[in-house]
Amino acid sequence: MVTVTIAVIQFGGSNCDRDSVQALSSLDFDAELVWHEDGLPEDVDGVVLPGGFSYGDYLRAGAMAARSPIMAEIREAASEGTPVLGICNGAQIGCESSLTPGAFTTNESARFQCEHVHLRVENADTPWTSQYDEGEVVELPIAHGEGRYEISDDRLDELEAENRVLFKYCDEDGNVSPEANPNGSKHSVAGVTGEDDHIAVMMPHPERATLSDLSRTDGQGVLTGFAE
Amino acid sequence: MTAFTATVTVRLKRGVLDPEAETTQRSLERLGFDLNDLRSADVFELDLDADSADDAAERAEEMAERLLANPTIHDYDIEVTEAE
Repeated sequence: MVTVTIAVIQFGGSNCDRDSVQALSSLDFDAELVWHEDGLPEDVDGVVLPGGFSYGDYLRAGAMAARSPIMAEIREAASEGTPVLGICNGAQIGCESSLTPGAFTTNESARFQCEHVHLRVENADTPWTSQYDEGEVVELPIAHGEGRYEISDDRLDELEAENRVLFKYCDEDGNVSPEANPNGSKHSVAGVTGEDDHIAVMMPHPERATLSDLSRTDGQGVLTGFAE
Repeated sequence: MTAFTATVTVRLKRGVLDPEAETTQRSLERLGFDLNDLRSADVFELDLDADSADDAAERAEEMAERLLANPTIHDYDIEVTEAE
């Protein structure tokens, strides 16, 4: 089997970095922690921007990390085809660094929310969702205070038309509604792709639903996207 | 070179939900105050030396564009005064 090496980027305040390595390793990826100041290794086949509170969420969640030098390297690698997945704080960093459109900002509740949610797969034709069926409902944990997806109405219409929404929050039967939207995200969006679908961000945590001895394993399908 | 203070005010665009402002408004109303709306904003005061107020404003604008504001959700304005 070909070894797929994934760099999990550590910023000051990242805290899902080791979880991501463990989850990826369990899926037979060669996952390594990379401290942001050390730069992106040349031989990586994929990049995870993990969750946490990089730089204390100062200014805006993800704002500082998005402007660190390694992000320029990651944008360049992404533009050359390297898959990049931003999870939670990594999703905020991805949007702040323009890898992906929109912004993740304060939850409608103005509270930090830590709970399991249901997600409907909107587009099963991406590396991150090809293990699922379109319309399938998966269950993943969220843990965020700034996860409300915000973008202009016009831009969101474009994204939907281009099939760039990966997941929407829904109830257990797959119904998308304000009641099943945990954070007030516009159109219940939980994850989107960049210009190309090998770049993606999502607020829910697939790495926290990957190890079978801890929880359901609905998140495995997202992480196996790195093997596509 | 003259010392200036550039004040950058970063606000959510009109129409973007501001849960913290809503919570603050509700809290004021619970204290018995009567108000129609409340908007919050971040204010950054930048002390810098520049050749002119325009130059100072231009640099502050670049800082707002690059970091202080997120164009997806924010508008900002800049006022420049000579430092006292």
